[in-house]
Amino acid sequence: MSIWEYANPVRFMRSTAKLLPWVVAAAAICVTAGLVWGVLTPPDYRQGSTVKIMFLHVPAALMAINGWLMMLVASLIWLIRRHHVSALAAKAAAPIGAVMTVIALVTGAIWGQPMWGTWWEWDPRLTSFLILFLFYLGYIALWSAIEDPDSAADLTGVLCLVGSVFALLSRYAVNFWNQGLHQGASLSVAPGERMSEVYRYPLYLCMLGFFLLFLALLLIRTRTEIRLRRTAALRAREARR
Amino acid sequence: MRALLIRDLRLATRAGGGFGLGLAFFLILCTLVPFGVGPDAAMLSPIAPGILWVGALLSCLLSLDRIFALDHEDGSLDLLATAPIPLEAVVAVKAAAHWLTTGLPLTLAAPIFALLLHLPGAATGDLVLSLLIGTPALSLLGAFGAALTVGLRRGGLLLSLLVLPLYVPTLIFGAEIVRRGAIGADAASPLALLAGITLLSAALIPFAAAAALRINLR
Amino acid sequence: MSMLAVRDLAVARGGMRVAEGISFTLDPGKALILRGPNGIGKTTLLRTIAGLQPPAAGQIETTPDSLAYAAHADGLKSALSVAENLRFWASIFGAQGIDAALSALDLTGLADRPAGTLSAGQKRRLGLARLLVTGRLVWLLDEPTVSLDADAVALFGQVIRAHLRTGGAALIASHIDLGLPEAEMLDLTPHRAAPRGANAVPAGFNEAFG
Repeated sequence: MSIWEYANPVRFMRSTAKLLPWVVAAAAICVTAGLVWGVLTPPDYRQGSTVKIMFLHVPAALMAINGWLMMLVASLIWLIRRHHVSALAAKAAAPIGAVMTVIALVTGAIWGQPMWGTWWEWDPRLTSFLILFLFYLGYIALWSAIEDPDSAADLTGVLCLVGSVFALLSRYAVNFWNQGLHQGASLSVAPGERMSEVYRYPLYLCMLGFFLLFLALLLIRTRTEIRLRRTAALRAREARR
Repeated sequence: MRALLIRDLRLATRAGGGFGLGLAFFLILCTLVPFGVGPDAAMLSPIAPGILWVGALLSCLLSLDRIFALDHEDGSLDLLATAPIPLEAVVAVKAAAHWLTTGLPLTLAAPIFALLLHLPGAATGDLVLSLLIGTPALSLLGAFGAALTVGLRRGGLLLSLLVLPLYVPTLIFGAEIVRRGAIGADAASPLALLAGITLLSAALIPFAAAAALRINLR
Repeated sequence: MSMLAVRDLAVARGGMRVAEGISFTLDPGKALILRGPNGIGKTTLLRTIAGLQPPAAGQIETTPDSLAYAAHADGLKSALSVAENLRFWASIFGAQGIDAALSALDLTGLADRPAGTLSAGQKRRLGLARLLVTGRLVWLLDEPTVSLDADAVALFGQVIRAHLRTGGAALIASHIDLGLPEAEMLDLTPHRAAPRGANAVPAGFNEAFG
């Protein structure tokens, strides 16, 4: 059996119905356990207990970027192989990614306030996330503005491709524009700045939890989109009679 | 293709074509900014590069929805799509016509607006050069946004929302060139990067915009 | 050899097939008139053949660069004069003069008037004059006689006949009698699309989820 069989709406609904409760449960357990473990870690010698917001900030930021990547892959699958579920999955991923971006921005501001002494700093990483949020908004707005689902799926797919190129360009342009205060990558493999194991393992758990949370929300939203399309299709068929 | 360019230029300059609106908007913007931040040259001079570039970008935005919407309304776009020129070329020509009627006049008039905002004289050349290199990218990216929203009745606001994030790299490098010019620093690297973005847009956007137009014409 | 051959064509609008199983050929000197109630897909069929949208199924065979499409809208620029409008399309299609087209549709006296000041019928005539400057052999016409008076319809009939005599062909969607008794008819009513079979490729979201 080919993997593309799962792109059939009926098969997709049937298999995800069985899968969904497990994903939701796993997400709930991992996020709760990760956050509790994170809160119980000792305060950092430089950053104090403020460091604990990292357990929300880093996984949300990761999922904000992964959300866009997932949209890009789903859009490519739709444009090349014309699987309708793929287009709906891209549509479903956008608001989740946008919310993750907002969480990353807000927690970044809360983290930055005591560290940098200001709620907002035009730091390249934060700025890139703000720009990413604008790209999400444009994508969501285009989906909701077009009534015909076929045109909407194709046009948002094209926007996602071009947007990806320019979002990446913006990322480097912003780096060029301002060198920034932001600390280096949290899980950098470079020696020296590497995070202590005390923080690293709960952070891994939180990241896994957020990934599962993203997956659970994505499945729920894709299922809702499929049901909405089904309703619209039945209405269109009735209108034809 | 030349016929299409001449027709678009002729339409833009005839009555109701909207030629000059962008320039007037730019002038108003440069008049309003000192009212907002105060008349002090020491205050205006450092922000002039940014204001001039943001102003150019917004003036360019004003006329974007005309690129394809009028041709879509009167049916010309259907006929152009079935004509013996590729739709990619139609996009490129229309973006060029948009640039010739907005970007180029803005570039040529920019030194006058720079005086209003007390841009250091040494940066005037950089301003003109950066606009000359950067505004074609604004027209091209705008044509892509216009192609995406051509089928929508009230696409103007959505068009801005789609296009402005795409303008970020162009704005960053363009304004950086002028800023460096103002303090006498070397602007070669942002200049090269800005030219790169314009070339990338010229290579990529006609295809993306033509694809969007084909989807909207179905 | 036929100029346009359509085999087992299905066309879709709004993500659903509207008409299917359409087959016909168009030979030089022939006109084919499409009939059928509103919504059966006459316009969709013409747009599909013109290449503006992909067919849901079936084949369209034609020699490259042989089709000229005229839609409901005439594609006129009101700020340009009649001659300027026509000269633009002539140069796009690589044609030379526009005088013959102007006189064929009785527009010579209006050549310097801005197109925006023309009446609806005059605009329509200008839209049809555009077909003559394309130099294309197969005309795809969507309701060409809308807003034309009786004299103009007769004039249009003459233009079509002249086109057919010189080896052209025309596919016309029309509700009214065009005064072309020699034209063949194709009624699309029996080609109304049935609900999609389980194995057919869906034409759009509404079929994929219907």
